[in-house]
Amino acid sequence: MSQNKGLRRRIQNMSDTNLLSSITVIVFILMYLGAMMFLGKGFLKPQTLFNLMNANAALIILSCGMSLVMITGGIDISVGGVTALVSMSCAVFLDQKGGSVIGSLLLALFIGLAFGVVQGYLVAYLDIQPFIVTLAGMFFARGMTTIVNTNPFNVQNPSFVSLKDTRVTIPFLGSVNKRGEYVDAYIELGVVVALVIVALLFVLLKWSKTGRNFYAVGGNRQSALLLGINVRRTVFLSHLFCGLLAGIGGFVYFLHVGSGSASHAMGAEMNAIASSIIGGTMLTGGVGNIIGTLFGVMSLALIQNIVSSVGLDQAWWTGITIAAMLCLFLILQSIIIARRKKANAEASMKGAKGT
Amino acid sequence: MSTPSESKLRSFFTGLMRHQIVIPLAALLLLTLFNLIADPGFFKISLGYNSDNNPVLSGYLISIIDYGSELAILAIGMTLVTAASGGQDISVGATIAIAGSVILRVLCGTESRPETLQAPIIVAFLVACLVAMLCGAFNGSLVAFFKIQPMVATLILFTAGRSIAAWINNNELPIVSDVSFSYFGGYLPGVPIPTPFFIAIICFVITWAVLKYTNLGLYVQAVGINEKTSRLNGLNPTFIKFLTYVLLGVCVAVSALIKVSRLSTINYSVIAKDIEMDAILAVALGGNALSGGKFNMSASILGAYVIQFLTTTLYKFEVQSDALSAYKAVVVIILVVMSAPAVREKISLLFNKMSAKKQAQSA
Repeated sequence: MSQNKGLRRRIQNMSDTNLLSSITVIVFILMYLGAMMFLGKGFLKPQTLFNLMNANAALIILSCGMSLVMITGGIDISVGGVTALVSMSCAVFLDQKGGSVIGSLLLALFIGLAFGVVQGYLVAYLDIQPFIVTLAGMFFARGMTTIVNTNPFNVQNPSFVSLKDTRVTIPFLGSVNKRGEYVDAYIELGVVVALVIVALLFVLLKWSKTGRNFYAVGGNRQSALLLGINVRRTVFLSHLFCGLLAGIGGFVYFLHVGSGSASHAMGAEMNAIASSIIGGTMLTGGVGNIIGTLFGVMSLALIQNIVSSVGLDQAWWTGITIAAMLCLFLILQSIIIARRKKANAEASMKGAKGT
Repeated sequence: MSTPSESKLRSFFTGLMRHQIVIPLAALLLLTLFNLIADPGFFKISLGYNSDNNPVLSGYLISIIDYGSELAILAIGMTLVTAASGGQDISVGATIAIAGSVILRVLCGTESRPETLQAPIIVAFLVACLVAMLCGAFNGSLVAFFKIQPMVATLILFTAGRSIAAWINNNELPIVSDVSFSYFGGYLPGVPIPTPFFIAIICFVITWAVLKYTNLGLYVQAVGINEKTSRLNGLNPTFIKFLTYVLLGVCVAVSALIKVSRLSTINYSVIAKDIEMDAILAVALGGNALSGGKFNMSASILGAYVIQFLTTTLYKFEVQSDALSAYKAVVVIILVVMSAPAVREKISLLFNKMSAKKQAQSA
């Protein structure tokens, strides 16, 4: 009983950020254990987990950028469009213009940065609603993708293809295939990039001044201003980071699929927002955690995997499950936060009475 | 000193600028001039006969009032939503897919190509209306009761909508062969003007009557300007926000009827694609603040037709349909930048400085 009470107090004392992201981590672990128990075989192999990561490395990077913007209280829905534009531009650059891989990487970074700077300026310094700005950004990017090249095609550039096929093997976690041979577990280069970015951003948000400013601005703009934080610059920076990460994410996506197409990353912005929210980032700002976001992406990927292995493999089920999960977490968040607010208010009332 | 005629002219202009409808009118004028210079043939209207031997008018202008109509109908609902909740519903395109799918489902039953209609069209429309209102109610409850930002709340249906639409008809593409169904998006026999225009006019009249004889417009603006104050004045902001989303649902169902009737079938991923962008653009072009508050319905409606004018102009210059969105995005950005308070202040400051200089010079 007393232990139960202690746990409750600990939860009560946790910050919103930690509470929401811990819920995600627990949900992910429970879902994975459930899948292991009821769906068996495939989920027992470590490679299944790595494949989830391989397929979603780009999404992890996009979601990290999204989380940054959402922590400062904004939103960026252009990331999917930017991803498509980056992969199409890089594809055209590599195959039709005879560019190098390094050049295409620089191109990707430039496109991302350009979107970040323009959108950040419009949002931070001209006070236009982030949603309108980035909605326009999304449509612009999608339109530009078609203007750059209409037809989808696969990239043949040899040095790119060899980079695309590079695998990082992980010792001891392999599995035995049907023919009885031992196969090493592997991850793609993109996953390494994604994990490095997650680690960097975690440090940035947790210990750097800029990172703490993001939370302060998202939590309460007025107070942040009164504390002497440069609010406009912080909002601008968050969009800049998000744009840059969209560029990197776009390149990682391109590295994964190896082709350019106007229909690439359709709805990726939605998945990124959903992952961030599931990972415990609040839409109202000031609450969020990159580790939570990572698990948000993984949970989303896992539930899609589970849905398709249960046998609901028609295309529309993915959209519906994501939307349902997002809806569930949104409502859960709004209820949890409302309850905590109430409990805090009651506690402070009690304190006031006691003195 | 400025001459009296000059000051009169200036006061006339400042008076004019106060009217919201000037913005879409100016845009319309600009587009008209552009087309007049580029190719006057744009304005040619010819009378011909279609395959059913009905007299029909054709020409770019006719196609503008034809295809602009469903956009204008959507703009009505979008204006209300924008004014009340300070955000936009971006799921309208997906909801049109759902409503259209429902219409076909009711009309065709389980067959994909029935000889006769399985249900009267009015029943199908009413069912679609109900479904679209339910979608609106879903969005509305997320926004009003759970206090989620409108665009994020509607993002849920934005992604799931087209999947749900495909699911309703089991991913089949039913085709309605009945002629009477095609009247809604085509031509009534013997009438040379496209039907969507008439439907739109009916919607405008209803909207006008509702805004004129009920307090809806006033309440919506009150909630949009200051939610807390309106609550203290005895309004129910939650309900009013919810209501605007349900009303948008009705507009969506009407647009869906027109859209589906045009083709007598549906394409889940293409139907009403990017229409949310156009609808938001129409509201913005109408000079309404996208952050909520006061609105002008006729400016929004005119804005919708101007957007269609722009689209048709772009099509005429052989811009690919997928690339259209890039150009429109530029227009949106220019519009919102121009209407941003920070920019407005700077422009008026510049204007004042210039006129002060002029006065100093003439003095």
